[in-house]
Amino acid sequence: MTVKDACAVLGARVLVGEELLEQEVRSACGSDMMSDVLAFSKDHSILLTGLCNPQVIRTAEMLDIVCIIFVRGKKPDETILQMARERNLVVLATGHRMFSACGMLYQAGLNGGAI
Amino acid sequence: MEEQILLSYVVPHDDFTRAGEASSDVKAKLKMLGADPAVVRKVAIAMYEGEINMVIHAKGGKIEVEISPEKVKMILADVGPGIPDIELAMKAGYSTAPDEVRSLGFGAGMGLPNMKKYSDDMKIETELGVGTTITMIVNM
Repeated sequence: MTVKDACAVLGARVLVGEELLEQEVRSACGSDMMSDVLAFSKDHSILLTGLCNPQVIRTAEMLDIVCIIFVRGKKPDETILQMARERNLVVLATGHRMFSACGMLYQAGLNGGAI
Repeated sequence: MEEQILLSYVVPHDDFTRAGEASSDVKAKLKMLGADPAVVRKVAIAMYEGEINMVIHAKGGKIEVEISPEKVKMILADVGPGIPDIELAMKAGYSTAPDEVRSLGFGAGMGLPNMKKYSDDMKIETELGVGTTITMIVNM
């Protein structure tokens, strides 16, 4: 699916990267613990998180993640959004909780990636 | 890439917002040099974990990076408290990070294990009360 499809599945809002929504995405990971994302993420294109600080953007950058989805209605501040813009990342926001958001995307065809 | 490139960074202490700037810069430079994306990724993750560690545990420090056609060598030096038990610190899940660090998304006890996992060679030199120097090599 594309980032745009993922966005539609969740009914999410696009906060950054409106022009980057046609990118293909295959797998996702969900965590509030960036240490674990760095430890276990292999080839994920999407990061779902309820953590809201600049290190989320940095973690995505280091792992070549293309899209960050903030769950549970978290609102990243302008510093975070600006960092995402500079790195050509897509940032989405959804009111869904982590479990539901992950489940909806999984059902729509995203997988958890290689173990 | 014919010559060796030397890069030097100061990691500011107690500034969690800026932690990762050095790794971000090295990643961009390696990409520009046309390094293999798998190598770029390994360097980025290993160095970022190290940089976060320096901010969490050691109030900052210095990072030197040497990029040559054969390898990327990263030397992370801090004047922090030192590591009392390296074997224990290397255990996945073991962490001495305070709770406020966990609320920032770190401190899962994966930092050092990750650095070892993503580098081809890692050496830790540490002395209590003096500091820690970690040298990591990622082969091109």
